[in-house]
Amino acid sequence: MTVTPIAPNTQQPDRLGRFGQFGGKYVPETLMPALTELEAAFARYRDDADFQAELDDLLRDYVGRSSPLYYASRLSESYQQNGKGPHIYLKREDLNHTGAHKINNALAQALLAKRMGKQRIIAETGAGQHGVATATACARFGLECVVYMGVQDMERQALNVIRMKLLGATVAPVEAGTGTLKDATSEAIRDWVTNVETTHYILGSVAGPHPYPMMVREFHRVIGQETRLQCEEKWGGLPDVLLACVGGGSNAIGLFYDFLGDASIRLIGVEAAGEGADSHKHAATLTRGRVGVLHGAMSYLLQDEDGQVQEAHSISAGLDYPGVGPEHSYLKETGRVEYYSVTDAQALDAFQRLSELEGIIPALETAHAIAYLDTLCPQLEDGTRIVINCSGRGDKDVATAAKALFK
Amino acid sequence: MKIRDCLEALRRGGDRALIPFITAGDPDLETTARALRVLDGAGADIIELGVPYSDPLADGPTIQAAATRALQRGTRLDGVLEMLSGVSPDLQAPIILFTYYNPILNRGIDKFLSQIAAAGASGLVVPDLPLEEAEEVVTLGQKHGIEVILLVAPTTPDDRIAAIAEKSQGFIYLVSVTGVTGARSGIDSRVKDLLDKMRSLTDKPIGVGFGISQPEHARQVANWGADAVISGSAFVKRLSEGTPEEGLRSIEAFCRSLKGAISD
Repeated sequence: MTVTPIAPNTQQPDRLGRFGQFGGKYVPETLMPALTELEAAFARYRDDADFQAELDDLLRDYVGRSSPLYYASRLSESYQQNGKGPHIYLKREDLNHTGAHKINNALAQALLAKRMGKQRIIAETGAGQHGVATATACARFGLECVVYMGVQDMERQALNVIRMKLLGATVAPVEAGTGTLKDATSEAIRDWVTNVETTHYILGSVAGPHPYPMMVREFHRVIGQETRLQCEEKWGGLPDVLLACVGGGSNAIGLFYDFLGDASIRLIGVEAAGEGADSHKHAATLTRGRVGVLHGAMSYLLQDEDGQVQEAHSISAGLDYPGVGPEHSYLKETGRVEYYSVTDAQALDAFQRLSELEGIIPALETAHAIAYLDTLCPQLEDGTRIVINCSGRGDKDVATAAKALFK
Repeated sequence: MKIRDCLEALRRGGDRALIPFITAGDPDLETTARALRVLDGAGADIIELGVPYSDPLADGPTIQAAATRALQRGTRLDGVLEMLSGVSPDLQAPIILFTYYNPILNRGIDKFLSQIAAAGASGLVVPDLPLEEAEEVVTLGQKHGIEVILLVAPTTPDDRIAAIAEKSQGFIYLVSVTGVTGARSGIDSRVKDLLDKMRSLTDKPIGVGFGISQPEHARQVANWGADAVISGSAFVKRLSEGTPEEGLRSIEAFCRSLKGAISD
């Protein structure tokens, strides 16, 4: 099955990069011409046959797309009562090359950077999955690569640090703040401000200034497009519920986007509640934040009463971020997508459960989506078909999980 | 239009403005208040006061560290404005507030502008608010008598420079480097070309900042035709070294030397 990953976008964002009131370009003037250039390059190549053909080939032969839609029978059974219960499917983005959905966007942006004549690539990373994906794409295309990563994340995702180095990337440690994804993103933006004339910034989520939220979404749409075809093949219909974790929100948008128009389908995003959404240590931006501006976009934001950005907390480095992509804020306000949160403890429990029941060790990020099944499944009618974006594999998380589970 | 009037009066007298920058609350607000008086008496024509922010994207290590220290000491926007209200009536130099956009948005744009005007600020620089997003702040600024100063960068194309110049109040802030704030070893000769180009596009005063850390830099930029020379990290660094007394003496001497360099 071959799916063309980019199709013309008809609705959002508008010309100024707005999804309703969200989005925009809140960046230093130095970057404005680069964003305009990027927007033009994206507009040109999204419909360019050569670009698309090269990307399609890479996604098939290098990434291994399409990713399977897998029926998780034992997980499904575990939610059965009196022989009745949901049918749970996993969209296996964890089987992609490098082990997560992130490669879809990293490869496409690297291809775009090459077309734009940029030889140096920078990226931010939290869990390291986007960093590894970017380092991989740069190795594949012979581009220089610098990945900014918070020092705390370098410790808890040490395996991915080694992978990036093996791939020839420079991992630049960021000590500011809590040494997590927010700080790494700020430092990447500072690098871009300084080296913008030679450098492309491969932003790893549907966050940041326009055109990133739109462009990154388009590069991940393939997830939902494949899912639609696979559902058709498997049972000749649509799914009833789509479920994905949300940090910045790229895997969730990728799965949801092509189903936004199907009103019968429930779309659910799951955020990280850390030690509890009522504690001060969480990353539940949409559940607990207020509208603000961070890293170039207006969106929901964890902030204090003075508008200072608050430090997020999650056991999952990829969700440990006080902001969220602007389109998610829009989808929350319009009510099209429901957003909930689960705690570190619930995510760890799900991490272990999926491993034992299905032989699939998910990323801790993904485990948040799995964990929400406990709340969701009892509400559902018999035979409800749920598709979960299994956005990444959990090899990188075994040390963190071991510390928490086997102490 | 205190800031524009100040710059045009200096220009008529054949002089250039010196605009030092300090971060409010580093090391504490009492020292910031004293520093404003010291700079006012040591040749500063206008003073830029930075409100500390958690995620200063356009700032290099020196000002980032100052903001972090100020926030750790509990510096709040209300405290900064209260301090400024106490000092501003005694100052000759108009005050420009420098803050990122989220604290403005969080307070409400209209309320923020009204409060900073009441505290005695005359101008506002928002480094993460480019032309496309600035309309509301500029318009409401006019209502409250706050001159909202927009920035031009070395990467800004000509047609955009013209549009920014048209919209900017007070003066146009030319960022002298492709990069964040912080000391540099020298000033790129590209700044001269940028100044010449901007001169051909606007009559408004032009201030040059980012990377100006030595009297020779200031003199160079003044000789190239800037109406104002802005120096930030070099002041922030000096003020933070040693005791507050030592810091204040140090910025006083430095301010005089920069003003001397551009008034020769």
